[in-house]
Amino acid sequence: MEESSKRSEQRKEMEKERKKGEKKRRKEEEEEEEEILIFNHKSAEKEKEDEDLSDSEDSVFSGLEDSGSDSEDDDDDDEDLKVDQNLSQQEEEEEEEEDVQSSLKKKDEEEEVKRDEYEHDSSDEEDIRNTVGNIPMEWYKDFPHIGYDLDGKKIYKPIRNKDELDDFLDKMENPDYWRTVQDKQTGSDVVLSDEQVELVKRLQRGQFGDVNFNEYQPQVEFFTQEVMLHPVTNRPADKRSFIPSLLEKDKVSKLVHAIKMGWIKPRRDSRDDSRGRYYDLWASEDTSNLARHRMHLPAPKIPLPGHHESYNPPPEYLFTDEERALWEQQDPVDRKFPFVPRSFSSLRLVPAFPRFIHERFERCLDLYLCPRQRKMRVNVNPEDLIPKLPKPKDLQPFPTTQSLVYRGHSGLVRSISVSPSGQWLASGSDDGSVRFWEICSSRCLKTVQVGGAVKSVAWNPNPSVCLLAVALDSAVLILSPALADRQVVLSSDRLLSAPQEAEPIEGDGLVNWSDTEGEELNQGIRLKIQHPKAVQQVAWHTKGDYLASVMPDHSSHLQVLIHQVSRRRSQNPFRKNKGLVQSVSFHPIRPYFFVATQRSVRIYNLVKQDLTKKLHANSKWISSMAVHPGGDHVICGSYDCKLSWFDLDLSTKPYRMLRHHRKAVRSVAYHRLYPLFASAADDGSIIVCHGTVYNDLLQNPLIVPVKVLRGHVITHELGVLDVTFHPTQPWIFSSGADATIRLFT
Amino acid sequence: MGGLQKKKFERGSAANYITRNKARRKLQLSLPDFRRLCILKGIYPHEPKHKKKVNKGSTAARTFYLLKDIRFLLHEPIVGKFRDYKVFVRRLKKAYGKTEWSAVERLRENKPTYKLDHIIKERYPSFIDALRDIDDALCMCFLFSTFARTGKCHVQTIQLCRRLTVEWMNYVITSSALRKVFISIKGIYYQAEVMGQLITWVVPYQFSHDHPTDVDYRVMATFTELYTTLLGFVNFRLYHSLNLIYPPKMDSKVEMDQMEDDDYAMTSESNSEKLSALSASLARAVSSAEEEEAELDQFPVEGEDIEQMEAKEKEQKQQKLFKGLKFFLNREAPRESLAFVIRCFGGEVSWDKSLCIGSTYEVTDETITHHIADRPNIEKQYINRYYIQPQWVYDCVNAKMLLPVEDYFLGVNLPPHLSPFVEEKEGDYVPPEKLKIMALQRGEKPANEEEEEDEEEGEEEEEEEGDEEEEEEEDEEEEAEEKNLKMMEEQRSQGKSLQVKVTPGKVKAENSARLEEEEKAEEKRLAIMMMKKKEKYLYDKIMFGKKRKVREANKLAAKRKAHDDAEKSKKKKAKK
Repeated sequence: MEESSKRSEQRKEMEKERKKGEKKRRKEEEEEEEEILIFNHKSAEKEKEDEDLSDSEDSVFSGLEDSGSDSEDDDDDDEDLKVDQNLSQQEEEEEEEEDVQSSLKKKDEEEEVKRDEYEHDSSDEEDIRNTVGNIPMEWYKDFPHIGYDLDGKKIYKPIRNKDELDDFLDKMENPDYWRTVQDKQTGSDVVLSDEQVELVKRLQRGQFGDVNFNEYQPQVEFFTQEVMLHPVTNRPADKRSFIPSLLEKDKVSKLVHAIKMGWIKPRRDSRDDSRGRYYDLWASEDTSNLARHRMHLPAPKIPLPGHHESYNPPPEYLFTDEERALWEQQDPVDRKFPFVPRSFSSLRLVPAFPRFIHERFERCLDLYLCPRQRKMRVNVNPEDLIPKLPKPKDLQPFPTTQSLVYRGHSGLVRSISVSPSGQWLASGSDDGSVRFWEICSSRCLKTVQVGGAVKSVAWNPNPSVCLLAVALDSAVLILSPALADRQVVLSSDRLLSAPQEAEPIEGDGLVNWSDTEGEELNQGIRLKIQHPKAVQQVAWHTKGDYLASVMPDHSSHLQVLIHQVSRRRSQNPFRKNKGLVQSVSFHPIRPYFFVATQRSVRIYNLVKQDLTKKLHANSKWISSMAVHPGGDHVICGSYDCKLSWFDLDLSTKPYRMLRHHRKAVRSVAYHRLYPLFASAADDGSIIVCHGTVYNDLLQNPLIVPVKVLRGHVITHELGVLDVTFHPTQPWIFSSGADATIRLFT
Repeated sequence: MGGLQKKKFERGSAANYITRNKARRKLQLSLPDFRRLCILKGIYPHEPKHKKKVNKGSTAARTFYLLKDIRFLLHEPIVGKFRDYKVFVRRLKKAYGKTEWSAVERLRENKPTYKLDHIIKERYPSFIDALRDIDDALCMCFLFSTFARTGKCHVQTIQLCRRLTVEWMNYVITSSALRKVFISIKGIYYQAEVMGQLITWVVPYQFSHDHPTDVDYRVMATFTELYTTLLGFVNFRLYHSLNLIYPPKMDSKVEMDQMEDDDYAMTSESNSEKLSALSASLARAVSSAEEEEAELDQFPVEGEDIEQMEAKEKEQKQQKLFKGLKFFLNREAPRESLAFVIRCFGGEVSWDKSLCIGSTYEVTDETITHHIADRPNIEKQYINRYYIQPQWVYDCVNAKMLLPVEDYFLGVNLPPHLSPFVEEKEGDYVPPEKLKIMALQRGEKPANEEEEEDEEEGEEEEEEEGDEEEEEEEDEEEEAEEKNLKMMEEQRSQGKSLQVKVTPGKVKAENSARLEEEEKAEEKRLAIMMMKKKEKYLYDKIMFGKKRKVREANKLAAKRKAHDDAEKSKKKKAKK
């Protein structure tokens, strides 16, 4: 260390004296080497005493003494030479031995150092005593020798008769046992010297083998930082060293351009700037109401939870077993609550709600995916919807209670009719009889067996005669029940018997007028008008001379016949088939004729003989029709439960449709004097309505339902079949499928 | 007739609507981008009035957007950012593919970002609009703040949500805006009144979530992105309206106190945690003393009604419901919720030091008035405080008064917890517990319950007996009449001549009132018959709804009665 420092100092001081100092340095170096060698010597001397004992045998076998000096490496040569030089003066006697010793030691050292290497790969250095080369020594394990020396003679293995015990003893007794190693090449044991041990240790520690080697020598800089007076080289500077580089310029300009264009951005501040992110966004409240905001439909808020959702609800909100079962059966969409109400005795027992995230997610979906529509919620008081009508009390009189029941028929009572005097009631039934009742006493005065189901009965409206038209099968009978005073009976007889001389002109072949005889005559049947087809309905003209009969038929134009009783004439008024005729009626005052077909009502002028109006009833199938006594209003009942009121002055469409009944309307009727009308239906009810008609054309009729009458028993799904008002009293008669006739007063 | 023939579906409502796919094509966006844009801009489909007209005659199910809305989206700067992001992703992929790590890093640094400030301003032109729509934002942020910090969404989002919700809660505490609380099986509902707006939000219970697989977290994340921005701005504005510093800081005194005893975490972290402990009041920009003085100076405006004044007084009273009470939370009670509620109503609250940061006093404090615990029994009890279950706090808040603590002692069967959001109208079913609370609010003192019950029982029994007797009497009369009639009929059928006998007729007292009623009912029925078809339909619908309501109320009442009866019989059995 001192040496080197000195050296550097020297060099710094004077460079020129380098050559001079060379000699001096050499000397110093030699001295240094001497010291090392001397040290070596000392240690070697110490070892010698031990080795002499142990190594004597080795030397014999290995023949080291012979080959020792010869087999030295080139590296060692210099040293050996120096050794020779140095030692030649000192000791001559021991020269040889020492030489051998030292060389041996060197060998051993080398071997120790390079042992690891030998195990793995070969190197240039070869063992000079054994010429077998670098081979695995196991190959010789079966031979007595271990290799060959330079002369080609076998080198024999040292005799090893040490067993375990010897080994152990050796271990116990020999103090150098730990430093004894076996030389594989020669097979001999070698005891390592202190120096060698030291070396091994140093190598194991990863230090340099040489003790005196300094790893941290000061760096000798080739160039000093001091500016030298003269250049190191004499080469002139390049031209490019003082011309700006085009390449760089190109690159820089590209970067500048990129920055300008915003392609390159300065590095962003990496730290989270969220703390200072927020500011007063609504600092300047502009009230600009965009059109968008006017159109905006805010999403409805989530409904607030009720008692059901509580963790500890009142017991009535918990599900019973049935409710729970129902809840489980239902589709998740149909359920009233998306959860089952549960009760927990304390807050710590409440678990997490498993569908919480789902619910939030569904809300999200609703917000952005669900189509929105503005719906006007009707917030009406239901009471306000009910129309304000005059009280029924103020609209009296009208029938309110059932007062009489006329029993006697054994079949459905299809038709009833009240005599114009208001004293008698005639009824025709399916049991083939026509009965005459006294209205006030409900007594059946007379029964006429006509021999067939009676479809329709109609009392002649002329009060001066007492006749009844009865429709059964294909015949129309004219009865004279003789239930009036003599004058009337006589006049009716006169009417029937008068026109003998006048022969029928029209409809000859169609209708056969015949007087009845014998039994029938006794019963009161006076005339029989034979029709070609089954007759459904008969209707009198107000004067009581004309009689219309209906024979519904799809395919024929012969559906309606008008008979003149006094002259016994019949005629077919229509040349064309305009649909299935349901019902006909004469206008009460003027010469008009109403024909109700399946869908519409036709009004014909009998004088002009043409169609004046066609009323469209908005119903599927008209069942019955009635004409207001004033003649300007018509009501139609239909099988689809409707009743339509036509105002002939107003329109051909119904003025009012009434859907009061729940089943097919069978019959409708007007009261002759009072502003009342009624409808009867299969649901067994009769609805009486008040229907005021004003003379003032500007005022529409007032229609108010005033009473629902019930009494008939529904049989065979048929309720009330016919309904008629009393001609003078506010009474109503009804006949039903239960074979009774009832009077409501 | 001349002129060009008008083509169908080129004007009117058909021209005002656009289907989703067409809209997407017009905007040149992918479906996810379109979705994100719709969420952020608040564009939603509209249901056209005449779907067939809009759908060009087809009745296929389609979602329609207003064409104006879509045109409005065309100018949105964020659309450009979406495209930038797409390019960014492409470049990043490429760089990864080429293993150009420097390029990857550079790209990542310049990742395109966007701000939603302008969208918020545009969607909510005034602050009140924003407040009106904050319900969903709060619910979502509270949900996200409870997520675990792994998977599902970015940790930053979760942290941001947590921060914002804590800020919100602190605001509510400071302004004492909380009005109602409800513990449901889903979570805890809170309702606060901020600037006249009722804001309701729900907080899930503190459990780790079982993340469902059928939920698209991208949609939720987009919503959360919008909501956090909105909530941040709203918080800022709210804090400034109260002269509070934003981002919030603790009051300096409190902070000084607390600085001494904790040194376990970074200051920023501990600060945020202390905030979230909800135990300290916030720092103000203007010192609070001045403000209070200013408040004192106010006097009532002359025109104000007495009622309004009273309402105000009541509200103030409610705001100071827990004033002067000192609570201590046992460790199993839900700390955050209770601390929030108690502090909102002016109470003092603390908890075990080891439970959470920010506890202000110990269990041993002698001045504690209420100790909230959620376990059947506590071994070491102090004499001078009530040991109650957490429900007491919530029920008190909802009843707007301090309820008697006896029903809420440890180990006692709790009275039912009722929803404060239900407002019973006439005819609705009112649970008896609610009636009791209402009576308490009116100032009536409940009589001793057991006595009452006994009395009730007695009365009921008597009544029942009385009823039965009456009924029996009536029955007897009827039976007698029927027998008579039957006899007569039999005689008639046998053909016997009736024994002519005149019995004095009984005058049946006609109940005039009842007759009148009947008449009225009939009138009504007849009038209903005359209703027009449309009105009739509506009327029927309304009446059906009413009837259903009545039916449900009756059902609940019946259920309750059955339950009570069962309880009573059980009690009786136990007594015997």
